[in-house]
Amino acid sequence: MVALPETASDIADAVSSGRSTAERNVRRASDRIGAADETLKAFLSHDGDRALARAAAIDEAKRKGDAPGPLTGVPVAIKDNMCTTFGTTTAGSRILEPFRSEYDAHVVTRLENAGAIIVGKTNLDEFAMGSSTENSAFATTRNPWDTSRVPGGSSGGSAAAVAAGLVPAALGSDTGGSVRQPASFCGVVGLKPTYGRVSRYGLVAYGSSLDQIGPIATTVRDVALLLSVIAGHDERDSTSVDAPVPDYVAALDQSVAGVRIGVSEEYFGEGLDDEVSRSVRTAIEVLKDAGAEIVSIHLPHLKYAIACYYLIATAEASSNLARFDGVRYGFRADKPKDITDLYASSRGQAFGAEVKLRIMLGTFALSSGYYDAYYLKALAVRTLIKRDFEEAFSQVDVIASPVAPTTAFKFGDKSDDPLAMYLSDIYTISANLSGICAMSVPCGFDSNGLPIGLQLMGPPFGEERLLSVGHQYQRLTDHHTKRPPPLAENRGAP
Amino acid sequence: MASTLDESTVRHVASLARLEVSDDEVALYAKQMSKILHYVEQLNELDTSGVEPTAHPLPVTSVLRDDTVRESFEPDRALANAPQRKDSFFRVPKVLDQGSA
Repeated sequence: MVALPETASDIADAVSSGRSTAERNVRRASDRIGAADETLKAFLSHDGDRALARAAAIDEAKRKGDAPGPLTGVPVAIKDNMCTTFGTTTAGSRILEPFRSEYDAHVVTRLENAGAIIVGKTNLDEFAMGSSTENSAFATTRNPWDTSRVPGGSSGGSAAAVAAGLVPAALGSDTGGSVRQPASFCGVVGLKPTYGRVSRYGLVAYGSSLDQIGPIATTVRDVALLLSVIAGHDERDSTSVDAPVPDYVAALDQSVAGVRIGVSEEYFGEGLDDEVSRSVRTAIEVLKDAGAEIVSIHLPHLKYAIACYYLIATAEASSNLARFDGVRYGFRADKPKDITDLYASSRGQAFGAEVKLRIMLGTFALSSGYYDAYYLKALAVRTLIKRDFEEAFSQVDVIASPVAPTTAFKFGDKSDDPLAMYLSDIYTISANLSGICAMSVPCGFDSNGLPIGLQLMGPPFGEERLLSVGHQYQRLTDHHTKRPPPLAENRGAP
Repeated sequence: MASTLDESTVRHVASLARLEVSDDEVALYAKQMSKILHYVEQLNELDTSGVEPTAHPLPVTSVLRDDTVRESFEPDRALANAPQRKDSFFRVPKVLDQGSA
């Protein structure tokens, strides 16, 4: 039998043209999940029967002559903070452990209408708060390249599932780097679209002015294909922008010749690992050799991004997570003394340590006497960071940088020190503060064989140019074609 | 800005946030929050007088849909995840001491 294709684009082509079936591709994904996920723990839930039934329905519709959608027959995974009417939606939290959504997230409807089959829901840091997926209440996801290391976070399950080949593509959400950093740690492509490009309807909210859903896959082409499906206006999210959705796949063939790529030394300072730095600089040289013009730029307020973010994101989280009160859904503590105790004990017992810390930080920053000094100050600094990027994008088309200061770290390395964990988001956070689009693309490996990511950033709604530069880079390099070792031979294996 | 949080402030913030916290958690959060607040105080190096705050990356305005009747959740669906319900209501402990209902 001919081997089944591995990318979402090739699977969709093969199923659409009748060379393969949705059922065969879904069966393979289920088999791989069954074989690997006991070790990797990328998934929190996986319903093989439902997926196979959906696949059979898609194959049957095709036999009857229905026009296939752009993701026909493609198995995908979604992060478990996106609501589905099937299975549970836990957001990685005990407080939502029993929750079953009464509606589907916008992206779920879009994927299914395009012919994709959602095979399972992936692990994450509780409420997407974290950079290693260690904050999940339910499971520890392992990095397929070295199972003694974290997959990154918070979309660690989605990135690990794609890197290990369990599914060709997945969705994550990115509030401060939660798609790009795990994509970098796992050696796959991850895109944070422009704020407003994708509807957040049905995404469990963390920081509403920062959250954005984005695709993860092994190729930029697949990421472009998924973005074309999930992007666009949705009246149920008033911040989703009513702008035309271009054909992102068609845009990939634009040449990089003459594209102005900005490089800022602020991204290559203290704390950046030497091997990461070399690999990212080499990637920039590859683009230069292909005809891109490298332009030196200056982002003077970048170093304030983490401080700014951890005030704004926690303030928004403290407000968003007020809805988990033990009354309408989710966990309720036993035998509350009164209504206030019902709220406090349900929240105190079911939220994890990092979530409580962030709620408290945000509550403090918004509280009387501290609001101006902390929250308003952070909003003003956000303006300065946003202006830095506006100024930069008046000179360049794309900015190139590292995604993270290091490659994947070991379990426990940073989990006792929240501030050390926050600092691993130093290069990704400013894209969320300023609302621009940004992507992680594999650009090499360190001496331990761990993947390194190149970050490419574009101006608001600049995804076509951004994706084309990433795609052209993948045409010139082969880092993305390398796959992790089989789990049995993994250096992290016990 | 106050860069060190004492335990009584942490307890106050926890009560504002409706979070039950143990004595051990109070001690841990006092330490962690103090360290993080000390870090964020580097924002004071910047003069932001006259800088407009950015609450949102897009110039958003309130969007109102047409004022027409649409289908919405039936009570059973809205209550499907309720930890406790009675008839078409979410059930909670008594809010007022004297039975005024």
